Amino acid sequence: MRRSFFSMTMLGLVMAFLYVPVILIFAYGFVPNGVSMSFFGHDGRFLGFSGKWFGLIFSGHYSVRPLLQSFWLSLRIAGLATLVSCVLGTTAALALHKWKSRLQSIHYGLVYTPLIMPDILIGISLLMLFVASGIECGFWTILIAHVTFCVSYVTMTLLARLQDFDDRIIEAAYDLGAGPWYTFFRIELPLLLPGIVAGGLLAFTLSIDDVVITSFVNGAGTNTFPTYVSSMTKHSRNLPAVFVLSTLMLLFTCALVGVSKFLTSNHEPRRKA
Amino acid sequence: MSGFLEFQGVTKRFGHVLAVNDVSFSVKKGEFFSLLGPSGCGKTTLLRLIAGFEQPDEGRILLDGQDITRLPANKRSVNTVFQNYALFPHLSVYDNIAFGLRVARRPKDEIEREVAAMLRLVQMEDKADRFPNQISGGQKQRVAIARALVNKPRVLLLDEPLAALDLKLRQRMLLELDLIHDEVGITFLYVTHDQGEAMSLSDRIAVMHSGVCEQIASPAEVYEAPKTSFVASFIGDTNFFDGVVTSFPENNYCKLDINGFAEVVCYNDKQKAIGDRVNLSLRPEKFRVSVDPPPRQNPHMNVLRARVEDIIYSGNHTNYWVSVGARRVAVYQQHLGYLLDEKPIRWGDDVWLYWDADTGYMLDDYAPIDESLLPPKAPGGAASANPFTSGREDGAAK
Ligand SMILES: Nc1ncnc2c1ncn2[C@@H]1O[C@H](COP(=O)(O)OP(=O)(O)O)[C@@H](O)[C@H]1O
Ligand SMILES: [Mg+2]
Repeated sequence: MRRSFFSMTMLGLVMAFLYVPVILIFAYGFVPNGVSMSFFGHDGRFLGFSGKWFGLIFSGHYSVRPLLQSFWLSLRIAGLATLVSCVLGTTAALALHKWKSRLQSIHYGLVYTPLIMPDILIGISLLMLFVASGIECGFWTILIAHVTFCVSYVTMTLLARLQDFDDRIIEAAYDLGAGPWYTFFRIELPLLLPGIVAGGLLAFTLSIDDVVITSFVNGAGTNTFPTYVSSMTKHSRNLPAVFVLSTLMLLFTCALVGVSKFLTSNHEPRRKA
Repeated sequence: MSGFLEFQGVTKRFGHVLAVNDVSFSVKKGEFFSLLGPSGCGKTTLLRLIAGFEQPDEGRILLDGQDITRLPANKRSVNTVFQNYALFPHLSVYDNIAFGLRVARRPKDEIEREVAAMLRLVQMEDKADRFPNQISGGQKQRVAIARALVNKPRVLLLDEPLAALDLKLRQRMLLELDLIHDEVGITFLYVTHDQGEAMSLSDRIAVMHSGVCEQIASPAEVYEAPKTSFVASFIGDTNFFDGVVTSFPENNYCKLDINGFAEVVCYNDKQKAIGDRVNLSLRPEKFRVSVDPPPRQNPHMNVLRARVEDIIYSGNHTNYWVSVGARRVAVYQQHLGYLLDEKPIRWGDDVWLYWDADTGYMLDDYAPIDESLLPPKAPGGAASANPFTSGREDGAAK
């Protein structure tokens, strides 16, 4: 009895720690006073909720153009990064699954490393690489950076799926006369598609909300949606608008993750906490 | 005259494991040929060599005169029924069966016709639209067979196809397999560890033991005339008598001294000489036991005195374990007459044990017998040492 009370309390505290900030961000998107950041007037009167920050964002109070531009850039990068990492990740996962040798364990390590490496390290090392090789930072460097970490997530998601894959059915396809291409497109791909889609959605959500790595490799003047929003926080009068954008972003990623959860089985690799 | 499917000195190693060791045999066209042996003896490996999933280290495999040893799996006109079925989970029963024909780009109407015929053959017409996870194990089995057979392979390979089914279903599928084989007339190569399946279905059986083919013969021959002690003990139950040839009372017969406790006559088709050690396999059902002395019908009748140690009555027959000197012998006696009219045999009775010299079989080899393959011991019984001890231990102790 005691024990269950204790664990329930701990659970409650942990949940509060994780989710109260999110709820606050959501709530402060409706704050009536952007300077005092308070729901109460000087006289302590409750001022109610205000929809003006939503209004401001959509009415053009802020220059919406850079906002929309950054959002469009984010979409393009996330879409392309997803596509590229799905193709690369699928081939990597199949290779890792089919052949087990010393070389493959090195391959596995290389694919796995970005999952545990700090974002700052990835960002700095990529920036150094781009600078050293004289590549100008911009769209392509962001894309390459996103692909590097997205590939790992797609590969790991798919490898988990491949664990339950019955290799005998590949042999069955060969046995019935099918060649490697026919087998890939008619048997392997359809069976792995849910896994690929799940990995792709994961890649998309990670790409579209990445700040740390992107901020190293985006170069001057190129902003993705998250880096633009984070730069907005430097002007405190925009803070409620940032909260609103964060809330919208949260809903968007939640929807994507929900779909991805629905498609994938219960064991997919998690992004480091 | 070479066979339809031919193995010529095929050897396959996995690291240090000799999975298939210099195996040669040939299967005739249309034959139901079984590979029988305990788990791990290399049956699946042999099948995979034919299917093309493994490459032999030595030797050749010929199919209808053509060397297929290095041909890729998808170019061989053999098809496999996998042990776990390996149906395509995302395709319906119909599409599973049609897979091979579609790969071969056969015309649409022909595919429809052939698949329909197959569905009829395996009695799955009403399940054509189901998916593999919506049908039972027995039905999956049928789809797997249909999916392979629809391509009209020259040889159908079946890897323990009934192992995953329960007993009732297994017996039914056994009959159906037999019917299907008769109907399609395709050569079947059937892998099993179950001697019952192999005996009831096969035209010929290859008995395998740790990668080696020990005997290839018809079911009756494998049972009645086992070449090696392994074959004798793996297929059916048997008693081993080993002894030394002492004399030749007649042409084709010899007298054996069984470790000094008895002299028995046995049929000698192996050209043994005096002083040779031989190993005799005597099936339990070849013996008779009785309280009254047996009628002496012919000079080849062996008659010994024995004491009853265990009795298990099961209606149509009774299993007795009797001791002859230090040796225990299993006897499975059919009740031909009306049992209650006969003199009853009880525990501890002294009885007559007799058998015709022609019913025993002299083995080729003189290898120690694998104890784990001997028939079950009599339950209970204080003196329940292995009733089938062949006396080799006594011999070794001497
Ligand atoms: N791919 C493999 N790698 C290593 N050893 C194998 C492989 N396949 C089979 N073996 C070994 O070869 C022997 C024969 O196996 P198998 O042909 O599967 O036997 P069976 O089908 O008669 O049970 C076993 O000792 C098994 O461990
Ligand atoms: Mg096997």
